[in-house]
Amino acid sequence: MAKLLFICSLLMPGWAMAAIDVYEFDSSEQELLFHQLTKELRCPKCQNQNISDSNAPLAKDLRQKTYELVKQGNDRDQVVDYMAARFGNFVRYDPPMTPATVFLWLGPVCFIAIGLFFVFRHASRPKAKMQVSELATQEQEKLNRILNKDNTE
Amino acid sequence: MSKKQRLLIFLVPLVLFLVACIFLFKGLFSDPTKLESALIGQPVPAFTLQDIYQPEKQHDASIFKGKPMLLNVWATWCPTCYAEHTYLNKLAAEGIFIVGMNYKDDRKKAIRWLNELGDPYQISLFDKDGMLGLDLGVYGAPETYLIDSQGIIRYRHVGDVNDQVWNNTLLPLFKEMK
Repeated sequence: MAKLLFICSLLMPGWAMAAIDVYEFDSSEQELLFHQLTKELRCPKCQNQNISDSNAPLAKDLRQKTYELVKQGNDRDQVVDYMAARFGNFVRYDPPMTPATVFLWLGPVCFIAIGLFFVFRHASRPKAKMQVSELATQEQEKLNRILNKDNTE
Repeated sequence: MSKKQRLLIFLVPLVLFLVACIFLFKGLFSDPTKLESALIGQPVPAFTLQDIYQPEKQHDASIFKGKPMLLNVWATWCPTCYAEHTYLNKLAAEGIFIVGMNYKDDRKKAIRWLNELGDPYQISLFDKDGMLGLDLGVYGAPETYLIDSQGIIRYRHVGDVNDQVWNNTLLPLFKEMK
């Protein structure tokens, strides 16, 4: 009997599948949109996971809500705005430009601009003149003396 | 190269370095898991929820009008809620009006909790499915919202309310609210 039960238990891997949520959609576009959204919405509880990845109860709720909104015919922007209105821009993996994030968007451009400014300034500067040494008369005399001394030896 | 230019070349990186230092130093003490609510300055979202004790009794957003109050989101499955409960009892005894929202929980367990630990809530909402929780952007119990007499959300605190949080953060804001 125990043997039979053991074999039965081996034949029932399907039970493990029951934990995976099943969502049914009206069209394949909706399904695609749902999968796209659950991958680009960030879970507020388990940061650095999207709501598709995360097992947190909150992520599950957000998946369910996303499903309902998609099923009602909302488009991508409407669903993302709905979530952002409640959880803030934190839920977007693609944050919009706001006063708080403007530096992140424009910072790199600024640094490139500053770099280019210095490169061009350096390039357009007239080549440093060959330093024709204009020796003071005293130094010239001194040089002559030394050279002459060498010659005489 | 003039003296001034030379000075500038030394100073600019130094200033940039110091700014970066301040920025990174502040980062050491900030908690990235604490998010500011997206609903600051907005009214409490519309809802209809049952009272925790009486299922036939319904509450809506109008309960938040009339005076400044706290909205505390809690659940029996949340250990931090247990930790802050005594403090909420103390605040209630001091006359602070607290609305409780039992979040994604079991009614029986919640009532037992309130009977055993004391009930600091003037009104207790029962949000079984987390509907209002989702509209409020609740992402981790306990959360405490400061709501002014017009029903506008002024502040959200995530985590337990204790002596330090109340006196340093919440009380000054609570006093400021009208």
